[in-house]
Amino acid sequence: MIIKILGTGCTNCKKLYENTKKAIEMGQVAASIYKVEDVKEIMKYKVMSTPVLVIDEKIIFKGKVPSPEDILKAIFNEMLNKNKG
Amino acid sequence: MQIFTWLADYVAYNLLHLEKGHHLTSAIHFFIEDTSKIFFLLLVIIFIITYIRSYLTPEKVRSLLVKKGKNVYFAHLLADLVGIITPFCSCSAVPLFIGFVEAGVPLGVTFTYLIAAPTVNEVALVLLYGLFGWQIAAIYILSGEVIAFFGGIIIGAMKLEKYVEDYVYENVSTEIDLDVEDAKITFTDRVRESFEYTMNLIKKIGIWVIIGIGMASGMHGWAPTGFLAQIAGPGNPFAVLVAVLIGIPLYSNAAGMIPVVSELIRLGVPVGTALAFMMSVTAVSLPETILLRQVIKPQLIAIFLGIVTLSIIFTGYLFNFLLP
Repeated sequence: MIIKILGTGCTNCKKLYENTKKAIEMGQVAASIYKVEDVKEIMKYKVMSTPVLVIDEKIIFKGKVPSPEDILKAIFNEMLNKNKG
Repeated sequence: MQIFTWLADYVAYNLLHLEKGHHLTSAIHFFIEDTSKIFFLLLVIIFIITYIRSYLTPEKVRSLLVKKGKNVYFAHLLADLVGIITPFCSCSAVPLFIGFVEAGVPLGVTFTYLIAAPTVNEVALVLLYGLFGWQIAAIYILSGEVIAFFGGIIIGAMKLEKYVEDYVYENVSTEIDLDVEDAKITFTDRVRESFEYTMNLIKKIGIWVIIGIGMASGMHGWAPTGFLAQIAGPGNPFAVLVAVLIGIPLYSNAAGMIPVVSELIRLGVPVGTALAFMMSVTAVSLPETILLRQVIKPQLIAIFLGIVTLSIIFTGYLFNFLLP
C-alpha cells in the first residue's frame, strides 16, 4: 500500500504526515508514506485544498487533518475494498 | 450578554471575595467576563459557520464563479461574499489559486477572493462582536469586503497575467468538471465534523485569546482612559501608517491582538487606527504570501501587497475622519 501526503509544506501538512505515521504504527499496516511537496505534482490530482491524503492513487481526505483513528479506519476500508475487487 | 457580567460578578465577589472598586478586582472581573463570553461565542458562531461552509467546498465556489460570473462586477461581488464564510488556510492558497485560474476564473476575481477570505475571518468576527458590539463587527466586514472588491478589480484591470508563473496557464483546460455534487455525508457526520473542527480551532487559538484578554485586563485595571490619546490619538497623523506596519508581521496572533486592540480604543486610540491595525494583522499574511510565490512572480506579489496595504491605510484614515 502506498500512501501519499500532498501539501506545500504548511503546518497542517506536517500534522497530517505525523497522524498518518501514527495510524500505520497503531494498525501495524505494511505501507510506505511519501510526502509530495512539488506544486506541479500536487496539481495533477486536481485538488483545490491541501493537505490531501492519497491511498494507492485514490484521494481519501482533502483540506483537513483527520485523527490517526480516522486515518486508520480509512486505510482498513481501502483494504476491504481491494479484497472485494 | 448580561449573563457573563453576572458570572463575573458571582466569581469575583462571591467565590473569591474580592473587594469592590480595587484595581486588581476590576482586572480580574474584566478577565472572567471577557474570556467566558468570547469562548462561548467562539463555540457557537464558529460551529454555525463551519456547518454552513461544509456545503461550500472550493470546487463548488469555483463552479459558481465560472457559471454565474459572466458579468465581471457580479463575479467580483460573488467572490467577495463567498470569501466571508469560506475556510481559508494559507496551506490552500496555492492549489486554490491554480484551481481557479485553470478553470477560467479571471485573475482579478481570484484576487478578490484571496483578499476577502483571510481578511474577513470568523475568529476576528467573533472577537469584534464580543468585545466591541455588532456595529464595529459590521464596519470591519464591510471594509474588508470593499477592499477585496476594489483590490481585485484593480488587479484585473492592470492585466497582470504575465506575472503568473507560466506553468499555471499551461494547465488551463476546458475539461474541468464543474458539476460538483454535495459530498455524500450524513447530517450527523457533518455536525460531528463541524464540532471537531470548532474544538480544534479553539484549542489552537485559545491560548492566544487568553493571553490577549489577560494583557487587556492588566491594562484595564491600571492604565487610565485616554492614556494613549497623546501618542496614537487623532493628533498624530502617522498613527495609522505605523499601526499597519506593525500589524503586517503579526499574522498568526489575530486572536490575541483583538482584545488588546479593544483596550487600546478605550485608552484613546481612534477606531480607524485600531481597525487598520487589526486588518493588517488578518489580511496580509506573510506565510501565505511566501507560498504564493510558487505560482506568481515577485512583481505581482509586490502589487498585491501594495494594493492591500494602501487600501487598509486609506480605510484607517477614512474611519478616523468619519468617526472622530
